[in-house]
Amino acid sequence: MTKAKKIHHFTKRDYSAFIYLLPWILGMLIFQLYPFLSSLVYSFCNYKITGTPEFCGLNNYIQLFTTDNEFWNSLMVTLVYTLYTVPGKLVMALAVAVFLNRNIRGINLIRTLYYIPSLFGGSVAVALLWKVMFMDTGVINSILNTLHLPSVQWLGDPSQALRTICMLEIWQFGSSMVMFLAALKNVPGDLYEAAEIDGAGKVRMFFSITIPQITPIIFFNLIMQTIQALQNFTSAFVITDGGPMKATYVLGMKLYKEGFSYFKMGYASAISWIIFIIIMVITMVLFSSSTKWVFYSDEG
Amino acid sequence: MTKQQKKTVKMILSYLVIIVIGCVLLFPIVWMISAAFKTNDEIFGSIKLLPASFSFENFILGWKGAGQYTYTTYFLNSFLMVIPTTLLTLASCSLVAYGFARFNFPFKKQLFGLLIATLMLPNSVIIIPRYVLFNKLGWIDSYLPFWAPALLACYPFFVFQMVQFMRGIPRDLDESACIDGCGTFRVFWQILLPLMKPALFSAALFQFLWTYNDYFNSLIYINSVSKYTISLALRLSVDAESVVVWGRVMAMAFIAVLPLILLFFAAQKYFVEGIATSGLKG
Repeated sequence: MTKAKKIHHFTKRDYSAFIYLLPWILGMLIFQLYPFLSSLVYSFCNYKITGTPEFCGLNNYIQLFTTDNEFWNSLMVTLVYTLYTVPGKLVMALAVAVFLNRNIRGINLIRTLYYIPSLFGGSVAVALLWKVMFMDTGVINSILNTLHLPSVQWLGDPSQALRTICMLEIWQFGSSMVMFLAALKNVPGDLYEAAEIDGAGKVRMFFSITIPQITPIIFFNLIMQTIQALQNFTSAFVITDGGPMKATYVLGMKLYKEGFSYFKMGYASAISWIIFIIIMVITMVLFSSSTKWVFYSDEG
Repeated sequence: MTKQQKKTVKMILSYLVIIVIGCVLLFPIVWMISAAFKTNDEIFGSIKLLPASFSFENFILGWKGAGQYTYTTYFLNSFLMVIPTTLLTLASCSLVAYGFARFNFPFKKQLFGLLIATLMLPNSVIIIPRYVLFNKLGWIDSYLPFWAPALLACYPFFVFQMVQFMRGIPRDLDESACIDGCGTFRVFWQILLPLMKPALFSAALFQFLWTYNDYFNSLIYINSVSKYTISLALRLSVDAESVVVWGRVMAMAFIAVLPLILLFFAAQKYFVEGIATSGLKG
């Protein structure tokens, strides 16, 4: 019996699946796999868009890591940006979700209103809004002055500008919040009842029940937000144009400048592969550590 | 204090915190609307939320734009880019999802694994060769770089989401309803598609949102001002003038985000379900 089962003959109907899969197979090959492999090849080439790629070995990478000072700065700026925004966003989203996860009237309306900033994502409209609000004489400083606090050079001070841009990203914590709220609703109530009988306090319950129960969602958000943060472009480009003194010159901007202002396609591809490798390393570290801290209830 | 009183105090405190957070979160949006009615003098160095007068001059002059094109052109361009992209995404992704969810074919596991892997493929690593490819095809300065990947289901997020949704629809339904041997496409078209409305709706909303907000791709693929989308036009309005009239910029920025806000309120159920069930990011 088992032997007969193993040899599976695919019917005509089974093969007809490929008609439905055809768009994706083509798209995956043409617009995903082919570009993915070519950017790796380009990264080892001298390639101006008008000419043909010429193999130059590791030259692009060597130049990036040894002579291009801008690159090291961009790398640091991007990592700092990721380090601020990802935890910032997740902590914010989780705190608000935990706070909203109670029986209060109008919870749906509140959730809706809190989500609004996230609608705008990386749009130019909110980037411009940020730019106006945080100008030296902008409304944020006016508010500070009214409260008898000193003005801050939100966008002009190299040590502050990146943080101001991070605030825009953290402001948009809505989608993580909605996911956390859904996850919190699924935490079995009897766990809390049992903990209460055992005399556990609210804080203890939060760290021993709530957090472990929602680790899959935390894990998912951590990965997706990190991938997104490492590729940030619009806010840095529109609000500060990478300045002041390259303090917000993220890797996404460096990639844009090399690729689409100077059309150094090989050099830009090398940058894109470094971004990709950073993403891979972080993702792999997170995945391999996940067995230690991510809790899947259906595994028992 | 009695227990009842304690509860009331707690309730009031909760609402207070909720209102404070809400005010901080929504302040920028409210301020953007108010700035749309203000002059530069009112925007800078003042905390007054209400403008001196509710004149629509900023909207009228802002709409006219800086160059030879008005925002009518930019809006039409945006919709010409976004709407076909959204519709093509829905068509291609639902077909592919049908293939994965309802068929058993060779290398299914491997292909599905590949789909999941492309979920995490960052855009920046494929953007350069894509540009080179589109450049060779002569597609630069057209909306084809947006339409073609949508036609070919290059949005694994939506495929994955629809596969999950279709798996939730009982197989007996399509098998029994079409027991007389009707074709697989009719099963998809007449039975599954109508049942998939919520998934299609939330995919449509997010694809609309992402494509509409997108800036990087528009920036590299669209060159001539006559084809500019809203995001490019907004950026142009700041770059083109020596003295930026911020009230006009804010008026146009507000008009740019208005369709999103309206869409969100009209369809918030699908937004929330889309995020909560499949982890789509906004």
